[in-house]
Amino acid sequence: MNKTWVTPGGVHPPENKHQSVTQSIGQLPMPETLVIPLSQHIGAAAIPCVEIGQSVLKGQIIAKPAGMVSIPMHAPTSGTVSAIEHRPIAHSSGMLAPCIEITTDGADTWIEHEGISDYEHISPRKLLEMVGNAGISGMGGAGFPSAVKLNPGRQRPIDTLIVNATECEPYITADDSAIRERAAEIVEGIKILSAILDHPHHIMIGIEDNKPEAIEALAPHVEGTGISVVVFPTKYPSGGEKQLIYILTGKELPSGKLPADLGMVCINIGTTYAIKRAIIDGEPLVSRVTTVTGDAVGIQRNYDTLIGTPVSHMLAHNEYNEQAGGRVVMGGPMMGFTLPSAEVPIIKTTNCILAPSYQEIPDDEPAQPCIRCGMCAEACPASLLPQQLFWYAQAEDHERLEAHNLFDCIECGACSYVCPSNIPLVQYYRAAKGEIRHARDEKVKSDHARERFEFHKERIEQAEREKEEKRAARREAALKAKANPPAATAEGQTNASAPSSSAADIIAAAQARAAAKQASPEDQQAKLERTIAAAEQRLIVAEQKLAEAVASNSDKQAIFSAAVENTRQKLEQSKTKLAELTA
Amino acid sequence: MAFKQVTSPHAHSAQSTAKVMQLVIWATVPGILALTWQFGWGSIINVVIATVTAVISEAIIVKMRGRSVSFYLRDYSAIVTALLLALSLPPLAPWWIIVVGTVFSIVLAKQLYGGLGYNPFNPAMVGYVVLLISFPIQMTTWVSPLALLPEGVTHPGFIESLQIVFGGMIPVDGVTGATPLDVFKHNSGLLVDQVYDREPLFNQGIFAGAGWEWVNLAFLLGGLILLSNRIFTWHGPLGMLGALALMSVIFYDSGSSTSPGSALMHLFSGASMFGAFFILTDPVSSAVSNRGRLIYGALIGVLVYIIRAWGNYPDAVAFAVLIANFAAPFIDNYTLPRTYGHTDRRRATEKEEG
Repeated sequence: MNKTWVTPGGVHPPENKHQSVTQSIGQLPMPETLVIPLSQHIGAAAIPCVEIGQSVLKGQIIAKPAGMVSIPMHAPTSGTVSAIEHRPIAHSSGMLAPCIEITTDGADTWIEHEGISDYEHISPRKLLEMVGNAGISGMGGAGFPSAVKLNPGRQRPIDTLIVNATECEPYITADDSAIRERAAEIVEGIKILSAILDHPHHIMIGIEDNKPEAIEALAPHVEGTGISVVVFPTKYPSGGEKQLIYILTGKELPSGKLPADLGMVCINIGTTYAIKRAIIDGEPLVSRVTTVTGDAVGIQRNYDTLIGTPVSHMLAHNEYNEQAGGRVVMGGPMMGFTLPSAEVPIIKTTNCILAPSYQEIPDDEPAQPCIRCGMCAEACPASLLPQQLFWYAQAEDHERLEAHNLFDCIECGACSYVCPSNIPLVQYYRAAKGEIRHARDEKVKSDHARERFEFHKERIEQAEREKEEKRAARREAALKAKANPPAATAEGQTNASAPSSSAADIIAAAQARAAAKQASPEDQQAKLERTIAAAEQRLIVAEQKLAEAVASNSDKQAIFSAAVENTRQKLEQSKTKLAELTA
Repeated sequence: MAFKQVTSPHAHSAQSTAKVMQLVIWATVPGILALTWQFGWGSIINVVIATVTAVISEAIIVKMRGRSVSFYLRDYSAIVTALLLALSLPPLAPWWIIVVGTVFSIVLAKQLYGGLGYNPFNPAMVGYVVLLISFPIQMTTWVSPLALLPEGVTHPGFIESLQIVFGGMIPVDGVTGATPLDVFKHNSGLLVDQVYDREPLFNQGIFAGAGWEWVNLAFLLGGLILLSNRIFTWHGPLGMLGALALMSVIFYDSGSSTSPGSALMHLFSGASMFGAFFILTDPVSSAVSNRGRLIYGALIGVLVYIIRAWGNYPDAVAFAVLIANFAAPFIDNYTLPRTYGHTDRRRATEKEEG
């Protein structure tokens, strides 16, 4: 039995997990189209490497990683690429982002793929490469590319591997059901992770005591492997990385540090399954377990969902009743965000679609004044003073906010959950964080501008000083010349041509400089041609945007049409200039 | 399909500010019963007058401020303020005392500062202190506890009480008398043991003065109910009671004739328990962190003792609380909890490095 530590604060919202685990993990009918956002992870968005109309097979790479912290995207099923464009994605702002749409053919034909079974004899570097190529990013929270996380570098050897099976958010049972049904493969995945990390001393699966079936399912597979299943009392938010590290090790992750700095890697249990599939079966990450739950859907169940499946498809196949509830949440009721529409797709981090009824989650009551009762401070897992943060957030007192460690807030929502005055505290903190970040950026910018200005001033002054010195020197020379005219005439014979020749030199040099500035006609022509090419490109983009705006009847039509006109005029100007030059 | 856009968290606990206030109101019931049992109908009449005055003045001010009257009255905070003031006032005090105090509490101490959540001082205690300074005679005339009434005299009945409160009728001789704290304040030359022996207030009582010990026990019970419902944490009350007990042990002076009284007497007399569980636990005007509330409570305990022992007033909870209200932001500044992932506690005014 491993010792566990107790975190401060925390809340016990109704768990509501039983509804979705009455049936095993199901399979949805194949959606007609899948929409794969190019950015489903932290880091650079992937770059499409397919064309519209191209047929793709399941598992085929459709977008390549852009740089080190990025992942490739794979076709989740076979079909045809039908669009590469901006689509609404699962983001709390309801923004559009580049996506690849695949029209499925229903055959679900795999691309040729092959895994390896003797991963013990493969170098960690090669295994990491396979993880990276399989497009795996963390499936529990932020979606950090796994291959990057698993490669902390030689100066940070990993001593502890923590597998996060906490799933502390109410309603969500994706990890729970995956463990129940796939325990063997999950443990296999953990063993692969152990091989990648050069066999850390401690490997712990952290799980809350409200999942006895999952704990039981893991038991036979971890026996004799050195992997320990650590069970601890259920409390929200035990599944936060910082909280879980403390619960399992008694260590706090210093503010601003990563687990790797403490010799730890913390990875979601769903990710371990994806890693097993990637290495042993050679399959990239094209599907994940997602819970569909809440009283507004008729069927509450977990599904092995293809990445890119539209939420509308999931809702339609689970008897969603639009009248029963007003919001649809991606994620859980504590940290999940409401979807702008049902057209957004499931991505690699989507563990739950929650469609609560009005009875379950009624509309918010209006906020009452904060009476500083301190219930929020009792609930805060980071030992912050939420009531003070709220006070200073309202006052936009950035200094006090930072002194009260605003940036250590993990936005778990425990404070808002307990607030008797219904104050949307987390919303205030998010806004305040945004403002402070913005202010910091602005400060960097203005510092930069000030430095540039000061440097500029310095340079001008320097030039002035030099000029002044030269003038002084000339005056002195002139005075000398006046004072000693005989000497000048005496030496006049030998040096007479010297001043005039130096004057001529100065003029010649000035002419040369002017000529150099006036580029050759060839250069000018090349430059103009480049300008025209760029302007043409801009015109195309601007016209596309205008077309989009017109199609969606957006209020930005005027702006875009002005932009198009402007670009066109500039292009015309450049063309006339070019004609003049070549004529 | 377009969905409603709401920020997380979506789940909320069932607790509400109105429920918190209602629970505080219910928790005063044992105290009201004890007061009525020991001192007659006066306290209940106080409560009724204060509540009506508070609701009316709150409604008028909220209306004048252009806010929704029903929304702000529904938080029950005006009733709590009224209740706390009414229970501090002497039973059978004239009606206008209560009205003036309540109007001061609600209008000046609460609404003029911005209403619930914005008042730097405990509204009930502001009202109390205004009355104590302006009308010292009415404010220091307490009814005698049940056990001390002379032969054949009872507490005035309900109708008679109304006549005293509204009609200015003078109560029968012996109905009013000293409090245990008065006894010690005006003690001249008696050892503590002799006081307990000879003073009827003490020889009729069990451990801390007839009547008063029951009232304090009742408020202790109400406070424990609130504590078990997590309306507040133990820090403030324990800080005050601990400091008060410690001070009275240190300065007990082995029960000499100048002793300000025993720890037990101080804990269970006057407004000690009422103050510890109902007054200093007002979150709005107190310190915010747990450590801060412990210090805030202790400060009040020390001040209560100092004023009781060496000041001009026999009891001092109101003054002590108001002085501590002044100190609350200062205490907050130095009592930030240590945040996860930080090695040191910070100061609220600390600036970022660099």
